[in-house]
Amino acid sequence: MDFFLLEAVANAGGAVGAGLAAMGAGIGVGQIGKGAVEAIARQPEALNDIRSNMILTAALVEGAALFAIIVGFLAMVL
Amino acid sequence: MTSRLMKSFTVAVFSLFSFIISVPSFAKEGEGDKKEGFNAQKIIFGHILDAHEFHFFDIINKDGSHTPVGIPLPVILYSPQKGFDVFMSSKFHHGEHDHDGYRLLTEEHIEELTKEGVDIKKEGLNPGKIVPVGADGKIDHSVAVYDFSLTRNVVQMFLALALLVWIMISIANRYKKGYGVKTAPTGMQNLMEPIIAFVRDEVAKPNLGNRWEKYLPYLLTVFFFILINNIFGLIPGTANVTGNIAFTVVLGLISLVVIVASSRKYYWGHIFNPPGMPLGIKFILVPVEILSFFIRPMALIIRLFANMVAGHIIIICLISLIFIFASLNQYAGWGTSIFSIAFTIFIYFIEILVAFIQAFIFSMLTAVFIGQAFEEPHHDAHAAAH
Repeated sequence: MDFFLLEAVANAGGAVGAGLAAMGAGIGVGQIGKGAVEAIARQPEALNDIRSNMILTAALVEGAALFAIIVGFLAMVL
Repeated sequence: MTSRLMKSFTVAVFSLFSFIISVPSFAKEGEGDKKEGFNAQKIIFGHILDAHEFHFFDIINKDGSHTPVGIPLPVILYSPQKGFDVFMSSKFHHGEHDHDGYRLLTEEHIEELTKEGVDIKKEGLNPGKIVPVGADGKIDHSVAVYDFSLTRNVVQMFLALALLVWIMISIANRYKKGYGVKTAPTGMQNLMEPIIAFVRDEVAKPNLGNRWEKYLPYLLTVFFFILINNIFGLIPGTANVTGNIAFTVVLGLISLVVIVASSRKYYWGHIFNPPGMPLGIKFILVPVEILSFFIRPMALIIRLFANMVAGHIIIICLISLIFIFASLNQYAGWGTSIFSIAFTIFIYFIEILVAFIQAFIFSMLTAVFIGQAFEEPHHDAHAAAH
């Protein structure tokens, strides 16, 4: 295979991987936000607990997405 | 059910479509990648990576040459053959001149070396690295060099640290004298007290139970250190300290040490011998638990690093758009600049928010992990918590 094409496929793979990871994280964080807002609407007095749990879960989802983005970046660079 | 099927089908089609589209376009770019005028990649990496100077801008002279404007920083080199060598990075004249048998590699040097057939990746050469050169002008492999330079990341980190220590000690002395304890807080205390109380009430107390007082100093230090470095990194012309993987790795390792130091027997039992599990499941669960022990600090490290790098890249990309369009047509550049600058200001405010959120999440997750480490067995359904 031509060297440039190989690099191009690696770049494309990295970009597509990062995009898919962003999609997954977007869906996940959206679900968390939806759940949190619904929970707050039902029980406004539990606002603080819900908020800190929401941020924590969102951070965990985002961590998984960022792992994928770093892997995508490495696919481009290496 | 049908809508869910439809959704996944759309996702699959879209990803396949984008893959097919992107291959030919990337292939074309590989051929026509010769620099003409503006090189966004160079600008972006020039900002993201560490350097031996604070670079602010270039003055374009009448003959088209560039005069960089910036603050040079000290270079400290040690080599077993030549001994210590300390000089300012301006002696290199941005890589144009060698000094004392050392050379600062630039993009041009790397290009030349690649043409000569040197394997850049294998020898670990990259722009910004200082290499020893012999009398013949070639890289001298017989001399080993250790670079202890005060690069811009280091200098900026110390500046941020000095500011942080000054603020904290001055307000601590105020409290010792009684201001803010019996009377209303004054001056800088008004700014810091809500943040300190926030870390105490939202981060330390809910996660650390009755031992929160012991860990509060560490959590506050981590929080404010990340926060002030994030904010310093947003000032135009400064270095990207928290977007440097070495910086975040050190913070993550310190957190790992704190987690391990505060762990109790139950925590290790949870990893190596999960209670209440059949033997077959233990074979699966133990490797997963061991992995998650290392992945937790890894996630802390990569989250901070990737968030800050991504934020900085977005801002520079938006600014670069102006010049990419301007290289096509001057008026296109002016037209783009309005939208580009408006969007940059918007992203800048988001980045200020991210600076706080990342500092909060780092200290929050550290507190959660510490809390897990000294947790005692007190409820039966603990296995479901993971």
